[in-house]
Amino acid sequence: MSKYTEDDLREELKTKEYEYGFYTDIESDKFPNGVNEEIVRAISKKKNEPEWMTEWRLEAFRIWEQMEEPEWANVTYKKPNFQEISYYSAPKKKPKLNSLDEVDPELLATFEKLGISLEEQKKLANVAVDIVMDSVSVATTFKETLAEKGIIFMPISEAIQEHPELVKKYIGSVVPKTDNFYAALNSAVFSDGSFCYIPKGVRCPMELSTYFRINEGGTGQFERTLVIADEGSYVSYLEGCTAPQRDENQLHAAVVELIALDDAEIKYSTVQNWFPGDSEGKGGVFNFVTKRGLCETNAKISWTQVETGSAITWKYPSCILKGNNSVGEFYSIAVTNNHQQADTGTKMIHLGKNTKSTIISKGISAGKSQNSYRGLVQINARAENARNFSQCDSLLMGNECGAHTFPYIEAKNKSAQIEHEATTSKIGEDQLFYCNQRGIDTEKAIALIVNGFSKEVLNKLPMEFAVEAQKLLEISLEGSVG
Amino acid sequence: MELKEKILSSYVAFENGVNINSDLHEIRTEALQNFEKLGFPTKKLEAWKYTSLNSILKEDYSIFPDRDAAVELADVKKYFIHEIDSYKIIFVDGKYSSFLSNTTHDGKDICLLSAAFSKEKYKPIVEKYFNKIAKQDNLTSLNTAFATEGAFIHIPKNVEVEKPIQIINFTTGKENATMLQPRNLIVVEKNAHVQIIERHQNLNNNAVLTNSVTEIYTDTHATVDYYKIQNDNNSASLVDNTYIEQQKESTCSLHTFSFGGNITRNNLNFYQKGEHINSILKGITIIEGKQHVDHHTLVNHIEPNCESHQDYKGIYADRSTGVFNGKVIVEKEAQKTNAYQQNNNVLISDKATVNAKPQLEIFADDVKCSHGCTIGQLDDQALFYMQQRGIPKKEANALLMYAFANTVLESVKIPEVKKRITKLIADKLGVNIGFDL
Repeated sequence: MSKYTEDDLREELKTKEYEYGFYTDIESDKFPNGVNEEIVRAISKKKNEPEWMTEWRLEAFRIWEQMEEPEWANVTYKKPNFQEISYYSAPKKKPKLNSLDEVDPELLATFEKLGISLEEQKKLANVAVDIVMDSVSVATTFKETLAEKGIIFMPISEAIQEHPELVKKYIGSVVPKTDNFYAALNSAVFSDGSFCYIPKGVRCPMELSTYFRINEGGTGQFERTLVIADEGSYVSYLEGCTAPQRDENQLHAAVVELIALDDAEIKYSTVQNWFPGDSEGKGGVFNFVTKRGLCETNAKISWTQVETGSAITWKYPSCILKGNNSVGEFYSIAVTNNHQQADTGTKMIHLGKNTKSTIISKGISAGKSQNSYRGLVQINARAENARNFSQCDSLLMGNECGAHTFPYIEAKNKSAQIEHEATTSKIGEDQLFYCNQRGIDTEKAIALIVNGFSKEVLNKLPMEFAVEAQKLLEISLEGSVG
Repeated sequence: MELKEKILSSYVAFENGVNINSDLHEIRTEALQNFEKLGFPTKKLEAWKYTSLNSILKEDYSIFPDRDAAVELADVKKYFIHEIDSYKIIFVDGKYSSFLSNTTHDGKDICLLSAAFSKEKYKPIVEKYFNKIAKQDNLTSLNTAFATEGAFIHIPKNVEVEKPIQIINFTTGKENATMLQPRNLIVVEKNAHVQIIERHQNLNNNAVLTNSVTEIYTDTHATVDYYKIQNDNNSASLVDNTYIEQQKESTCSLHTFSFGGNITRNNLNFYQKGEHINSILKGITIIEGKQHVDHHTLVNHIEPNCESHQDYKGIYADRSTGVFNGKVIVEKEAQKTNAYQQNNNVLISDKATVNAKPQLEIFADDVKCSHGCTIGQLDDQALFYMQQRGIPKKEANALLMYAFANTVLESVKIPEVKKRITKLIADKLGVNIGFDL
């Protein structure tokens, strides 16, 4: 990753369609298409889940059946048929291994193509990787190192077996089953995901990270992530995604719940690069995600996201600032190109006294894409001295794309201080000319300017991710000069 | 009976009083069907998320108010801007009051919509402009269906109207709750210039619901300067729908001063249909008690090289609620647009609420669009500074609030209106200072 040079990029831009669009042929154990109570039961049974979990899923399913698909987002697409999706698919050989040597070599090859060499990551990046491939975790590293500190980091399916009391207590506590259409669906059929618990006063010594990947054709991916930071602990969590090129739309409806107890801090970073569809807007992933964090007293949750992929993005990582003096942050870059549509933003719900929130959102739209920021800042009546600062900047490239902002600001307390500002601009011709004069070609110049525009957010990413994200931005905007 | 049912069933009676064999009646019938389909807005609609009409729709409104209501000039004089000479178009309970009014046909038409409807010579104008830019939404349709009266202003090209025009709607509704549907049509032709002041005033304590629609057409290089003074009593509610179409190089500025009323909803829509247009939307809201004011603005930039400036200031006391929903749309063709939107709010009570939604929808790349929105308090240090120098806290507060709102007042072009607004602000803040220090 770090040895990536300009030459590599140039080479890559030439050859690029969708770089990560390959498809690994692993024999899958796949359910018939469609969803009903039987399927939900079967998923639960497949995972050997206890009775309470099965009931919980069924309850969610019943709620989901009553709900209607939301239409308020500023996106248009052909609604997926929920009965034509297979809700479970797992690699047939189910290795539960402690060392990489035992892993199916075909899988390892896949990871190498993705640029995640487990060996290398283990040695160099000091990152524990919990790889989710087609819904079942197949390799977990550094588990033992983490275990020494009492940190639990495992697939949620295992956590349900091994730590039912924690899962039972916190699952659905931030994103209830009734929250929205996709959250309800996820609650009913979620396949797997990550579970993380940081005990009291522990500072997690490494960045925890998972790579999600949609593999089997026509399989919806329903990830469920639960991160609990107990009192006074700290964790930085990374999530990155790539998906293979496919002609039919793939549905991704994840739920991420973060719980930061008193004095805890969670930093959650995402680089999202699901397949955005080809330049005609065909194919591409539908990404309908519910992400929310709950802050207790003096706690802090920070969301950082770089969104470059997906045909449709519908994602609002939010913070509920319940405890006094809690802090919520949201840093986002959303890039849309060709026919991509993104409706993304955040919600900051101020409940406690002296709560603070910061929102920095950078939207870049090119091609024929539509990019919307939708955010809510809500100051409740008892949230004395709440403070919010929001900044939404949009960059437009070409006159066929659109940039939109829908900020909702609701203040019920007189001591609240809220600032919101938004600007829209384009890359100036004089800026490009300046670069061209100095021998930087237009494509590179745009990359330079875009990186400058996004710097405030890129700086918030952990080092390894920042490099990757910067590269992604350049690739995503390839061919949008004009 | 539900208000909607009552309105629908009274349409038959309404038809007895109007000419049903006209084009106009077709428009009405269509609008009624539209209203029947849509009904009154509810909070489920995104545009009405923060404003509920439920509390005022419970009243048993009389849809055709009594014809014979009369008021004495002495009783209502204080509601006029009487320091200056002006044209006046005055309505009492929705009916024209010739006694209070001062209209003209001398080189321009400042008269009544009912006259424009009935006289042959106005037919081309009515056909060309009436109900052309008004949205076919729920409340505008309701107005279109029942509106028979309002101001009709037609300024031919190159005419500069020498004095302002005041449009005032009084309500006496002595015996019961009254619902009014005033409808104004204003056509300002090439290079013409007009200043208009509009006001709604309830004269007793029975409930009033005014659902007003105003269409303003501003032709090439014309200038329209419009002031809405909303300082009604607490039993009066107002839904004010204003639609403005501008042609190239025209300027239209509209100031809304919301100091009173029960529920006030302003739907203000600007459509820019030419190049080099300037649209100015400004407002001051100072409310208290349980009052509710909702500013819903739309500026639609359709052509290149245009500007829009929005500046809304709000001060909210007691349990009052304020809403600002400003929407700017920049269409694909509208390159070099310069759109600016500012909304600042001060909460001076723990129970007051502000909901703001400054919204941008941009489809063109070479534009300058920005919006800013703040919610905060008065500067404690500035207050302390003034108190140190012997200015009592109340007055110091008022001075700060006046300064806060002053960016809006600065652009008021009629000195008497400015003076009146200043006085209203002083009254509202409970101080007796002139602010012209």
